[in-house]
Amino acid sequence: MARAESNFDSTVAPAAPSRPVGQDEAQLRSRKSLTRIALIGNPNSGKSSLFNQLTGLNQKVGNFPGVTVDRKTGTSQLTPQHRAEIIDLPGTYSLYPKSLDEKVITDLLYDKESAQYPDFVVVTVDASNLRRSLLLFTQLADLGLPTVLALNMTDVAEQHGVHIDIAQLQYELGVPIIPMNARKGIGIAALKIVIAQQLGAPTVDFYSPAEELLPMIRQIRYYFNLHNDYLALHYAHQFRQISFLSADDRQYIQELTQQYGFEPTPQQAQETIARYARINDILLNTVSVTRTERQEPYSNRLDRVLTHKVWGYLIFFGILFLMFQAVFAWASYPMDLIDQGVAWINGLIQTNFSGPLIDLLTEGVLAGLGGVLIFIPQIALLFAFIAVLEETGYMARVTFMMDRIMRKFGLNGKSIVPLISGVACAVPAIMSARTIENWKDRMITIFVTPLMSCSARIPVYTVLIAFVVPAEPVLGIFNLQGFALMGLYLLGFVTAIVSALLLKLILKTKERSYFIMEFPVYRWPRWKNVGLTIMEKVKAFVFQAGKVIVAISVILWVLASYGPGNALEQVEAKTRVAAVRQQLSPEETNLRVAAGRLENSYAGVFGRTLEPAIRPLGFDWKIGIALITSFAAREVFVGTISTIYSVGQDADMRTVQQKLAAEKDENGQPFFTPARAFSLLVFYVFAMQCMSTLAVVYRETKGWRWPLAQLLYMTALAYGSSLLVYQVFK
Amino acid sequence: MAASTTRTTPQTRRSVKDLRVGESGTICCLQDPEMALKLLEMGCIPGTRIRMNSRAPLGCPVTLVLGDDDYTLSVRVSEAATILLKD
Repeated sequence: MARAESNFDSTVAPAAPSRPVGQDEAQLRSRKSLTRIALIGNPNSGKSSLFNQLTGLNQKVGNFPGVTVDRKTGTSQLTPQHRAEIIDLPGTYSLYPKSLDEKVITDLLYDKESAQYPDFVVVTVDASNLRRSLLLFTQLADLGLPTVLALNMTDVAEQHGVHIDIAQLQYELGVPIIPMNARKGIGIAALKIVIAQQLGAPTVDFYSPAEELLPMIRQIRYYFNLHNDYLALHYAHQFRQISFLSADDRQYIQELTQQYGFEPTPQQAQETIARYARINDILLNTVSVTRTERQEPYSNRLDRVLTHKVWGYLIFFGILFLMFQAVFAWASYPMDLIDQGVAWINGLIQTNFSGPLIDLLTEGVLAGLGGVLIFIPQIALLFAFIAVLEETGYMARVTFMMDRIMRKFGLNGKSIVPLISGVACAVPAIMSARTIENWKDRMITIFVTPLMSCSARIPVYTVLIAFVVPAEPVLGIFNLQGFALMGLYLLGFVTAIVSALLLKLILKTKERSYFIMEFPVYRWPRWKNVGLTIMEKVKAFVFQAGKVIVAISVILWVLASYGPGNALEQVEAKTRVAAVRQQLSPEETNLRVAAGRLENSYAGVFGRTLEPAIRPLGFDWKIGIALITSFAAREVFVGTISTIYSVGQDADMRTVQQKLAAEKDENGQPFFTPARAFSLLVFYVFAMQCMSTLAVVYRETKGWRWPLAQLLYMTALAYGSSLLVYQVFK
Repeated sequence: MAASTTRTTPQTRRSVKDLRVGESGTICCLQDPEMALKLLEMGCIPGTRIRMNSRAPLGCPVTLVLGDDDYTLSVRVSEAATILLKD
């Protein structure tokens, strides 16, 4: 790395000339406990690496008000006395949002009154791609925010023979520049020192709006009391999207733009061209390129195999298959440990204490908690794969290879990312559909993503596949049940694709679908980033979905343990009398008592109400109860089944599978026949059994139309398919 | 409005779509005003050298290398067709 740094004229250049900080501004900052720093940059500019380097494990994921974009914040100790709150903004190429993701940036940077308004902006700039990266920088500088430029990927630039005169660039841009390599952590210390200082606004303007626009711009500027013309120009461009403006404010700007005949599209194109012209002038003075006879870039050579018409797809499906094996087979070892651990603790408590509160704790709370923790290995493994695919740049190749195919079905090459992420969980996947700029493509992607088999279905699949498919090894390390699982995933995937095709024909729109995206070079994954992604997903699951699961588990326990009036006591007394008459053993008596109590509990009442409707699918009232409760989240199915059966079953039978296998129908035959298990499997492939997904679709589409349509469509699909399967295989 | 995004350019003009893999050209203008905004931001500025780098297995999308920056862009063939080349 010494060579890379020596290639630059100065490593940490002295702070650029900047305006002195006004007294009121300094006072404002001293009153605040934290300096608020916004991190912004192009996609693939190393922004996430920098965020991870600055904040490490001190990260939080929340929501931006009004929208559902993930708001990643973290704290960083700049100096022993000085802490900063850092907010990681979505990657963008300009301040003119092309998607909802980017809109968050303008909402944050345009509202000076907001409590979230940053004291500083750190722009990450790709040194190997200065021209394009500086476009966003010049826009930010013109907004008048105190800005620090983190010149990232200096090593890549050096490899390309790009030589940057940092001191001169700093002079021309009017902000401090920190050369760095965020992946290796080089330059982080220097950046911390610079942002710990109180810097003023940038001193250089890069673009001035045309003279004839000034009357309109000034009116907007003074009406809203804005600090510069460029911000006022952005109000004129974006008033429809800025969320903090009132309807009257929007009306005011709209009338002004009409009055002055303001044309946003040509105006914006002209601005971009003018900025690039200015950037070219700056680069002429500051960057020299020594063209070395280079070999063909390694990325190109790799792509010849990885995007090959045969090998490319084979490798891609190989990777997908490996993901399934990992989640299904490899994750089972840590999962067994968690399972046994929870059972051990439960046993320990039950042997030493007793009483209704202890029952609530062990059979309600701890059972539910176990049902949450058991997912961690699967979620961690799956997101390890997804994070590596994204980190390496391979995800962009997947999009590249799939676009032509996806487009036929009304989807977008970018839809493959939500669809693949949907294999983990539809909630983040639907949120990731935000990168699709086209409304129709996005709606179709959101609509069909829940049909992809998510990780919450895995426990249901795992438990039920055992009744249909023997656990025979294939090729030594694989397993026949793994193949069956892949079949279920494919069923979901094919249905998603076919549904997309239907929607493509139904939905009408004039908006066109863009694909234009950067094609990143292959990179070695940064394991720290992969690790942090895994942490983030696991935490989100445990603390968000986990709460629902534990709560439902407790409610269920109450529903299954109590009934209307004294129905349970009556039934128990009646059963005992009957048992004495039939001279049953005490074990048999207890079993019948438990079964009787459950049938007459609140849960039994619910399930029985549902039973006539689901009997044609092969389901009984116990499954009926599980269907109702697992609407909260599919994995609750297993928790419900285990709670329901553990109430009325032999206490030694710990695992759910054993409980199900021991279940008998009215003729004393095993209840879970292959036909029933298949019917239930198919039901869970299709059914919208997830209120979190519905909630996120409501927030993403801003209305109940889409989530309700989804609920109706998927439930109908599930009911119809289950009916068919059960009636055919019965 | 700059001549860069006019619609009146004759259709006979060669576009990036017509480049063979490995062949280069110079961007003359962008045909579609809405898409032009996105392409401009991504660096497709009139006067920039552009090279057809590769085609996806099914012929679309394609990757383009822009200027001397060795910056690779992926676009659909229909989008590449709106980037017209200088003669």
